[in-house]
Amino acid sequence: MEILVCVKRVPMVGGKVVVTPDGQDVDTRMSGFAVSPHEECAVEEAVQITQRLGGTVTVLTLGPAEAADQLRDMLALGAGHGVLLETDGREWGPVATAAAIADAARRRGVGPDGGYDLLLFGNEAADTGDYQVPVRVAHALGLPCVTAIKNLEITESGAGAGAAGGSGAGGAAGARARASREYRGIEEAFDLALPAVISVKEGINLPRYPSLPGRLRAKRAVIEQFRPEYRGEGLRKELLRVPPGESKRAEILGTGTDAVPALVRLFEEFGVLS
Amino acid sequence: MTVLCLVERDGDGAADASLRALAFSRELAASSEASGTGGDPGYGEEPAGSNPPGAPGENVAAVVFGPAAEVPAGALAVAGVTDAYAVESDALTGYAPLAWARAIAELITASSATAVVAAATDHGNEVLAHLAAITDLPMAANCASAAHASDGRYRLVRHRWAGSLLEDAALDAPVALLTVAVDAVAATPAAVPAKVTVHAFRPDLTDGDLAVCATESAERAGGVSLATARVVVGGGRGVGSPAGFGALEELAGLLGGALGVSRVVTSQGWRPHKQQVGQTGTRISPELYLACGISGAIQHMAGCLSARHIVAVNTDPDAPIIARADYAVIGDLNQVIPALVTALRERAGLS
Repeated sequence: MEILVCVKRVPMVGGKVVVTPDGQDVDTRMSGFAVSPHEECAVEEAVQITQRLGGTVTVLTLGPAEAADQLRDMLALGAGHGVLLETDGREWGPVATAAAIADAARRRGVGPDGGYDLLLFGNEAADTGDYQVPVRVAHALGLPCVTAIKNLEITESGAGAGAAGGSGAGGAAGARARASREYRGIEEAFDLALPAVISVKEGINLPRYPSLPGRLRAKRAVIEQFRPEYRGEGLRKELLRVPPGESKRAEILGTGTDAVPALVRLFEEFGVLS
Repeated sequence: MTVLCLVERDGDGAADASLRALAFSRELAASSEASGTGGDPGYGEEPAGSNPPGAPGENVAAVVFGPAAEVPAGALAVAGVTDAYAVESDALTGYAPLAWARAIAELITASSATAVVAAATDHGNEVLAHLAAITDLPMAANCASAAHASDGRYRLVRHRWAGSLLEDAALDAPVALLTVAVDAVAATPAAVPAKVTVHAFRPDLTDGDLAVCATESAERAGGVSLATARVVVGGGRGVGSPAGFGALEELAGLLGGALGVSRVVTSQGWRPHKQQVGQTGTRISPELYLACGISGAIQHMAGCLSARHIVAVNTDPDAPIIARADYAVIGDLNQVIPALVTALRERAGLS
């Protein structure tokens, strides 16, 4: 099972988002960077799948040279290869990002004979929240796709006559995915022939902490690098701003258990006590 | 000229998120006149097409998946919808993201749509992303507002970081594809209810369009749903251990509410992820959110933007949550909450 997982480097914003004076970026001078949470779960899922079924996990990111740090973090979790689509640091839109990822996937190909069997993404990036890169990549590669998945089971071929059904590219030797999520109180399950594109959400698993051998291996790993060409697109960021009303201050009801009567009165006022 | 809005059904009616998307669609349609970019700059004197009197140059149409007889016409009329397209297909028995997008792509032409709008739900975002890929159009997700600008573009305000940061953006596209940040828009009715004409629409679908479709089964329901609870009692790192959630659960029970937790708590494995409130968990909109031992990282606060009242219990008077809450108690939740439980039990005559 060859799996490509696409991740994004995002600032760790903590308690407050601060915007740069020109209103074009989040001020990251005081913050570190991390892989967007849904995507870290995508990497964990891929590692678990390959531990069960064999194969390798390739982790890919599009971003500045420093995004290699995030690739190494993911290699430390158990991914085998890293691919960096290096940019000049400008923010790329979802159309150009998806096109560059699809090009990178085509280099190895999809499907049997060594291509990727599964492309995993996070449902949406923590920062830009564009909700479309995985779907655009799926269309570019002609693969089935489902998003926002909270539970994933991969079965390889030989699981009975059912494995031969369905349409699409035929799948990596008949492998299939059963992917599900909860939507408005209903469980929705999807059955996809591999190769396929699936985006996942946090909660699908609990990502492991990197082991020491994992970190050492990640440090030495060679990261393949490409430089895709930037393209502008129809949706253009003009200005980032923090919503108003962010810096009020709570009315202090009291300290410790002395505040309990005030809390009870407040709950009565809100009408939440029967 | 039409703003076409995907309306998701909820029982016999329209989903609340879709009613918000319809309110957003009306604002967008109305802006076409203000900017002079609409089809008919007649300032309301000569309503175009099937618009009700006083309506702007663009009308709002709904696309609903299911038989024409099941279109929630009453709710759509209140929301100012003039035309509803019921997508009927024998092959389309349940939710199928690509097939829905194909049908809407056909409807763009059939309804002369200049924009397609959907609530930024899992379905709305997924269907519009497919539509964007099929039509090779840009898509703007999580919009708080959208309006026509005099330069022929759209002016948008988008949510980033799940609403903790706003992006002013310009969209240059022959047809705007927009999903609506549900927290940012109220489900207001139209000033004048519309008369809805329902059109049955049979899309041209292939087997490939239907290859990915949902099999639905009822989730096991248990306790008060976090997303819709009137009261949420939240616990964060300050709870200190898995055992510490007992008092918070008891309090939630006394208040008829649900327990919510921060991301740290689920990352530690102290509580299941389904109880997480935040950008990567559940969005809540209770009357009261009592946040205990929660620092107030934006990842968490993004999940409770719609809470009516936020009350924090925290040992640190400088924690970010104190700048986001309405009221605060400075103290250790492990003392305050048991005392609060006792007080509420006494009040209810339970002890």
